[in-house]
Amino acid sequence: MSFYELVQKYREFPVEEFWGKVTDSQVEKIIAQDRLNTLDFLALLSEKAQNYLEPMAQKAHRLTVQNFGKVIFLYTPMYLSNYCANQCAYCGFSALNRMPRKKLSLSQVEEEARLIAATGLRHILILTGESRSKAPISYLKECVKILKKYFSSISIEIYPLETEEYRQLVDAGVDGLTIYQETYDELIYDRVHLKGPKKNYRFRLDAPERGARAGMRSVNIGALLGLGDWRKDAFFTGLHAHYLQNKYLDVEISVSLPRLRSYPGTIKEFKPYCQVNDKELVQFMLALRLFLPRCGITISTREAPDFRDNIIGLGVTKMSAGSVTAVGGRINRGKENNIPQFDILDERSVSEIREMILSKGYQPVFKDWHPIEVEVS
Amino acid sequence: MTDELVIGGKKLTNRLFLGTGKFPSKKMITEALRRSGAQVVTVALRRIDFEAQEENVLNYIPKDCILMPNTSGARNAEEAVRIAEIARAAGCGNWVKIEVISDNKYLLPDNYETVKATEILVKKGFVVLPYMHPDLMVAKRLQEAGAAAVMPLGSPIGSNRGLKTKEMIRILIEEIDLPVIVDAGIGRPSQAAEAMEMGAAAVLVNTAIATADDPPAMAEAFSLAVQAGRKAFLAGPGRIKEFAEASSPLTGFLR
Repeated sequence: MSFYELVQKYREFPVEEFWGKVTDSQVEKIIAQDRLNTLDFLALLSEKAQNYLEPMAQKAHRLTVQNFGKVIFLYTPMYLSNYCANQCAYCGFSALNRMPRKKLSLSQVEEEARLIAATGLRHILILTGESRSKAPISYLKECVKILKKYFSSISIEIYPLETEEYRQLVDAGVDGLTIYQETYDELIYDRVHLKGPKKNYRFRLDAPERGARAGMRSVNIGALLGLGDWRKDAFFTGLHAHYLQNKYLDVEISVSLPRLRSYPGTIKEFKPYCQVNDKELVQFMLALRLFLPRCGITISTREAPDFRDNIIGLGVTKMSAGSVTAVGGRINRGKENNIPQFDILDERSVSEIREMILSKGYQPVFKDWHPIEVEVS
Repeated sequence: MTDELVIGGKKLTNRLFLGTGKFPSKKMITEALRRSGAQVVTVALRRIDFEAQEENVLNYIPKDCILMPNTSGARNAEEAVRIAEIARAAGCGNWVKIEVISDNKYLLPDNYETVKATEILVKKGFVVLPYMHPDLMVAKRLQEAGAAAVMPLGSPIGSNRGLKTKEMIRILIEEIDLPVIVDAGIGRPSQAAEAMEMGAAAVLVNTAIATADDPPAMAEAFSLAVQAGRKAFLAGPGRIKEFAEASSPLTGFLR
């Protein structure tokens, strides 16, 4: 069974009617349970459950500390290219957006890598715009070869690939895959992805599974909150993580909770379906932690410093630090035409984030993977 | 006479082994080791940054402690072997805790792959301590393979649920001619004492100490509990009686 079948099953489910019937005692009972089923998770995403954020937070805190300890794993994104074949109504890299397009040369990759590694970070997430022709697998493999000298874990956030292509990257040294479905609502998905290969909802939906099959050690999924009804996208994200966690036992599954951010560019008319406020984002995170106690939860520098500081202990396990969302952002810092994909809110340096985490009584972890090359006999 | 535990030729007087994974800071690991007097400390190779001085957890472990790198992250025997080799080559010594986990939901050990990894690593000269499900036949195979100890789980990693597998651990203690070190699931000093009273050779604790409000104080509490449990085991606890022994027995007239 593919996850698409589950999506279809729940598409028929009367979600609003279900949420309308959620009672206080039901929420209280769910919070007290040891194990939650998918409908319990759905109930915790209801408006009614928003009155129970404190008890949910208490339990989420306990589960997170128990399963992950008082630690926050750190990573940083590195943009290799901003060429894109897609026209996504909400993205700064959209092919429609008139902006300087760049792709790092291999020597620039090395220079950028050296600057990042000097901060102490050992985990990196490499990103490209979704252009196969400008950032082909062969280019990515060359980049990975360089990055391996500086980093112990290399994850990718690129256009969706076939299983065999993911396997090639795993063999080259990539161990993690991040791919966002953007929105699980197929109609909205079609509407906001105006043109390009990304219009293929199903190919993207199955990409995390193809990555898991190809041998990725960690798979990180997410919805871009605000594109569709956030409660529904939150539900499908949790359902997707649950599906992957149960089917690919040896893969570490994690979820990112990115909110739609403004971006510099020429297309400004895009109106999000909804704005997700802090309280709602926290509700999503807490519900997810109660539903999936062992699932990683990532909060990026899209979020403001105050918010990031305060959610430590509530469920988050991984944070980006020292982020730059422009291609070659570190080597080109301060230069003109250094245009980011979206605006980040937490611009603190890696050492500032490190100090903040320590001040919260948590340990910042710069390295949590050591590459193993197993000889094939 | 000193009550010693000998593993891999090393004499141990402290039977609390410490895990380092979940502490709020690396300095706290040093303090927990000091307060507990633990001599054996396990560190995940995946977390060691050999190049960064401040971030390298090894710099926070006193040199007189025995380092036992673990193979956290290994999904099969081949990966566990490779991790052990990397650790040894990097100067972490030849002790290794085999951790082969291919289930990220419950973090349960894969006994089959663990036996395979043990066989290979013993031949390569490692002192091998495998983390395992408490299964008698598997424990026997690990013993045959040359493991230095067996490390059955009390309950799933990080669960703090205590000795849920108590009966199986008891069987291993009775039947296996190797130190049985209870690893994973111990959440309270009283549970550590219980394992020691049963005859466990040692216990390995991480989550219960690292996530306590005061980890160094909890480390000390565990150390004391382990000592108490060991003393009780050596003292030979009185048997548990099903019926009260009345001072005026009802059947006394039958004498």
